[in-house]
Amino acid sequence: MATQHSRSAARLMMAPAVVLLLGWMLVPLIMTLYFSFKKYLPLRGGDLGWVGFDNYVRFVTSSAFWPSVLATLAIVGGVLVITVVFGVLLAILLNQPMWGQGIVRILVIAPFFVMPTVSALVWKNMFMDPVNGLFAHLWKFFGAQPVEWLSQASLQSIVMIVSWQWLPFATLILLTAIQSLDSEQLEAAEMDGASPLKRFAYITLPHLSRAITVVVLIQTIFLLAIFAEIFVTTQGSFGTRTLTYLIYQRVLESQNVGLGSAGGVYAIILANIVAIFLMRIVGKNLDA
Amino acid sequence: MGRITLDKVSKRFGDVEVIPPLDLTIEDGEFTVFVGPSGCGKSTLLRLIAGLEDTTSGQIRIDSQDATHVPPAKRGLAMVFQSYALYPHMSVRKNIAFPMKMAGVPEDEQKRRIEAAANALNLTDYLDRRPGQLSGGQRQRVAIGRAIVREPSAFLFDEPLSNLDAALRVGMRLEISELHERLKTTMIYVTHDQVEAMTMADKIVVLQAGVIEQVGSPLELYHEPRNKFVAGFIGSPKMNFIEGAEAGKHGAHTIGIRPEHIAVSADEGPWSGAVSVSEHLGSDTFFHVHDTGLAETITVRADGEVGFRHGDRIRLTPRAELIHKFDENGLRIA
Ligand SMILES: Nc1ncnc2c1ncn2[C@@H]1O[C@H](COP(=O)(O)OP(=O)(O)O)[C@@H](O)[C@H]1O
Ligand SMILES: [Mg+2]
Repeated sequence: MATQHSRSAARLMMAPAVVLLLGWMLVPLIMTLYFSFKKYLPLRGGDLGWVGFDNYVRFVTSSAFWPSVLATLAIVGGVLVITVVFGVLLAILLNQPMWGQGIVRILVIAPFFVMPTVSALVWKNMFMDPVNGLFAHLWKFFGAQPVEWLSQASLQSIVMIVSWQWLPFATLILLTAIQSLDSEQLEAAEMDGASPLKRFAYITLPHLSRAITVVVLIQTIFLLAIFAEIFVTTQGSFGTRTLTYLIYQRVLESQNVGLGSAGGVYAIILANIVAIFLMRIVGKNLDA
Repeated sequence: MGRITLDKVSKRFGDVEVIPPLDLTIEDGEFTVFVGPSGCGKSTLLRLIAGLEDTTSGQIRIDSQDATHVPPAKRGLAMVFQSYALYPHMSVRKNIAFPMKMAGVPEDEQKRRIEAAANALNLTDYLDRRPGQLSGGQRQRVAIGRAIVREPSAFLFDEPLSNLDAALRVGMRLEISELHERLKTTMIYVTHDQVEAMTMADKIVVLQAGVIEQVGSPLELYHEPRNKFVAGFIGSPKMNFIEGAEAGKHGAHTIGIRPEHIAVSADEGPWSGAVSVSEHLGSDTFFHVHDTGLAETITVRADGEVGFRHGDRIRLTPRAELIHKFDENGLRIA
């Protein structure tokens, strides 16, 4: 890409892809903005004209708004903590030489290939069902009263299901990062008198910081939008109504496109706030 | 104190015996160099002494204490790795402080030692940089600084100069030698470069396939190599080996003569040959001589002014008293 000529040729050839991507992004965004300023009830009169910021005010002042923001943050935060902590531990474990390493690694990564809907249904019906679930049997075996997971500990259950799905991703990224750690550094620390725990804290963890940052940022983007897991388990009840789910209910259950679109804009704002926070906290690991 | 004794120490990796049982004593304050071709087990031997590998059998004693099963940190040895193994996310100061922090040395003592080390190693201006912002030679010095502040009973170096360019290597070689003069601490230094071994060592240990071929001072090894391997490995350019009738005249299977112990002239001398390549270094000239009927090539070192060219026929005179004789097993005949 050295000469003037090759640079302009490159631009020309990249243009279709850039234009397509831009359109892909901009069209839905502009439509969301457009509808958010309208009263639009598809089954009750259709487009009823411009209403200014009415939808925005109604969405925030509804009693469901703040609980949904909190539920969203709780799920994102919970899943991040669990996947990063267990991801680091699993990565260290999988990095140890052992018999059947290849197969174990594939097994660990397998949950990532299961569709969210399927895995949530499996969890709901096979593990968490208060009558027939595996957990219920386990509880009964020890003489305890089975827990009604999805109603008594609904948020925790969702966090558990989603963590199970995302743990492989975190483990995989952290495993590749751990494999790139120079073993001589660990040996040097060992000779310098660092115990295994100190070696982890002073050498391994700092080495992983960049990978952890990547895991946190990527997962946050996807976790802010989780939907299927809630849809097939609690349907947003028992305090599991996230912002995404609230918007879904407004648009499809209440058939209020304008209100839902305003919610969508709030979701964009929330995602950006979270992203800025995360970049502030962990983003500095990405440079240098 | 730092007297290290290996008693029938051996090491296997699975089925492969990398180090057959071996005895060796390194005296306190000695600069010992392990030298040998790549893959001969030098690093493994050093790591056994450091405690980074377990011995398969035998005993390692440090100052007559059995250290065979003592963990690395408790052996009182400091190691400088080939890759330097600096901690990339810590500043130079923190890197150097790390072993002291782990050992719980008081803050002001830490500070004093860091300053002393930084002064000695010309690192004072770089203490707040990260290793990634330093040149190869500076990183090397940080690694040495990190070893010094522990005040170990012995230093272990594993090919510390092999990642540096030639000029820097000569400089660092001198610095490490000076460091040894100053500290008088035992040092074990691993290298595959016989020049490093010859210039730095009090005692050289020549290894081949995990076996010690000879132990001795640089000049002992130069003058009285115990076998053909040592004779060929020590000295540059390599010793010339001649077999057959010429060796028979000396009552040996093979004779060896170093390039610097052969005189060249245009018309005088018992051996004759044709110059194939002449390498002019300024101070010296190396002639690679073919067609001698003795060996494929005979290398000769002559004065820098001697000006034979490709194809010239010359005559060679070996210095009879400096001819090395070896029997059919490659062992020296006294
Ligand atoms: N961890 C290990 N597992 C198996 N073989 C090893 C291991 N470390 C070294 N070796 C083998 O031991 C021999 C000596 O290696 P090393 O001590 O590194 O040689 P050097 O440092 O002299 O170049 C080599 O043949 C190498 O392949
Ligand atoms: Mg080596």
